[in-house]
Amino acid sequence: MTVQHTIDYTLHLADNALVLGHRNSEWTGHGPILEQDIALSNIALDLIGQARYLYQYAARLMTMQGGPEVTEDVLAYLRDSWDYRNCLLVEQANGDWGKTVLRQFFFSAYQYFFYRELQHSRDAELSAIAEKALKEVTYHLRWSSEWVIRLGDGTEESHARMEKALDQLWMYTGELFQPAGFEQALAPGGIAVDLGEIKPLWELRVGEVLKEATLTTPGSMMQQGGKQGKHTEHLGYLLAEMQFLQRAYPGNEW
Amino acid sequence: MMTDASSTIFQDKIDQDIRIEPKDWMPDAYRKTLIRQISQHAHSEIVGMLPEANWITRAPSLRRKATLIAKVQDEAGHGLYLYSAAETLGISREEMIDQLHSGKAKYSSIFNYPTLTWADMGAIGWLVDGAAIMNQVPLCRASYGPYARAMVRICKEESFHQRQGFEILLTLSRGSEAQRRMCQDAIDRWWWPSVMMFGPNDDASPHTAQSMQWKIKRFTNDELRQRFVDICAEQVKLLGMTIPDDQLRWNEERQHYDFGPIDWEEFRNVINGNGPCNKERLAARVQAHEDGAWVREAALAHAEKKIQYGKTA
Repeated sequence: MTVQHTIDYTLHLADNALVLGHRNSEWTGHGPILEQDIALSNIALDLIGQARYLYQYAARLMTMQGGPEVTEDVLAYLRDSWDYRNCLLVEQANGDWGKTVLRQFFFSAYQYFFYRELQHSRDAELSAIAEKALKEVTYHLRWSSEWVIRLGDGTEESHARMEKALDQLWMYTGELFQPAGFEQALAPGGIAVDLGEIKPLWELRVGEVLKEATLTTPGSMMQQGGKQGKHTEHLGYLLAEMQFLQRAYPGNEW
Repeated sequence: MMTDASSTIFQDKIDQDIRIEPKDWMPDAYRKTLIRQISQHAHSEIVGMLPEANWITRAPSLRRKATLIAKVQDEAGHGLYLYSAAETLGISREEMIDQLHSGKAKYSSIFNYPTLTWADMGAIGWLVDGAAIMNQVPLCRASYGPYARAMVRICKEESFHQRQGFEILLTLSRGSEAQRRMCQDAIDRWWWPSVMMFGPNDDASPHTAQSMQWKIKRFTNDELRQRFVDICAEQVKLLGMTIPDDQLRWNEERQHYDFGPIDWEEFRNVINGNGPCNKERLAARVQAHEDGAWVREAALAHAEKKIQYGKTA
């Protein structure tokens, strides 16, 4: 276990939060109902806030290691996709409202059990970030569960759309619980969350919600690679757009 | 006559600065004027989300990104308060939104201009929100209670947005050559449309006199416009930028800045639907509404099912 493992782990968590926050913010101004436009923008803000705390922590660790001065923005804006460590689920395109809320539900259910454990991390900084984030994520999970149920058990059309979204997203859920090298290295030290422990909790919760939503899970094969920097085609475009100003006008203050 | 008595009571309240509340008697024309004005204002908030949302995914730092999302979200919130205030006058949100989508209701023409660079986020905050505040602060004392109260909340948030916008421009003005160019370019494009936000000159403003008598409006368009120009002409010096008006100069005698003529033909063109983004902005709103139809239907269907489940349980 080295500091580098903690840095990689922190960046992985930050990238997850930023990429999903960014995706959600693509909805701002275009939501199906004004109140829900506000709700999803709020979730975007929470996730970007979590990402900032995590990047700031990673930046401090990196600077302490004696490298060049690093900031949250250097980490978000000047790394290319092969250095991004987010799971494939969060980078998937928004699709319709159903796909967006289902993606949020899968991720919030994961983050909920994840942060609940991370609160007890022996890394004081990660533990504090988890404690604060858990309050937000508890709401995200409730909000997204309600939407999945509402749309799954709504009209014929909404049910069909949710089945389709499930078919598109289910294959990216397995990766959430596949530990990467840096997670395995950190596990014995009590810093990282044991993904094997939270997996059954996630399965149980997801199963309950999908059942109430009258949806069934497809048996598709799981995709992975995000934690190792091997992403789907979507992330490149997301980063090209997000990083445009920092790349086009390097070295400026904004 | 009942109406005469009611009408006298109404005007007495207005004269004594007592707020009119939803259940009070009010003349039809007063009600109509308020519905027109408040719904137009609500629509402006909602359509106004689009030009700024255009830069959320390209905001240049995490702090700017978060602030911009929060700002656009505030505008959605303003839209909500205002739709609610208008609903107290006996019109539904659905009706108002239909009027927006059909083109029957207007929204502020300023949002029919494009946001081309990051500096536009600064210029919109400084100039557009600045002009909006100038118009809106007096509305906190408007005679209709729900409208005045909504405006108090809105104005607090707007002045925060304006400071953020100015700070974006200030940062750019102290930055690289390219950033200073971006800053000046944004001021050049947003200045005149912002000056036009106060509406036609007083002698050409059809609603002003009646609205002032009803104390919906407290100052004329030209009074507010002059105040705006006076403030901006000073603030632009802090940026080291210029306002694109070669006739702008201090008039010692008037104790105000003189400024050049407004291109009212452009103003009319944009109002009549021929601005650079009129069609796109409206299309984006209609699209969001239509794409959301299945979501709203499903939510309703599910709510009804839940009632049914409750009955059988």
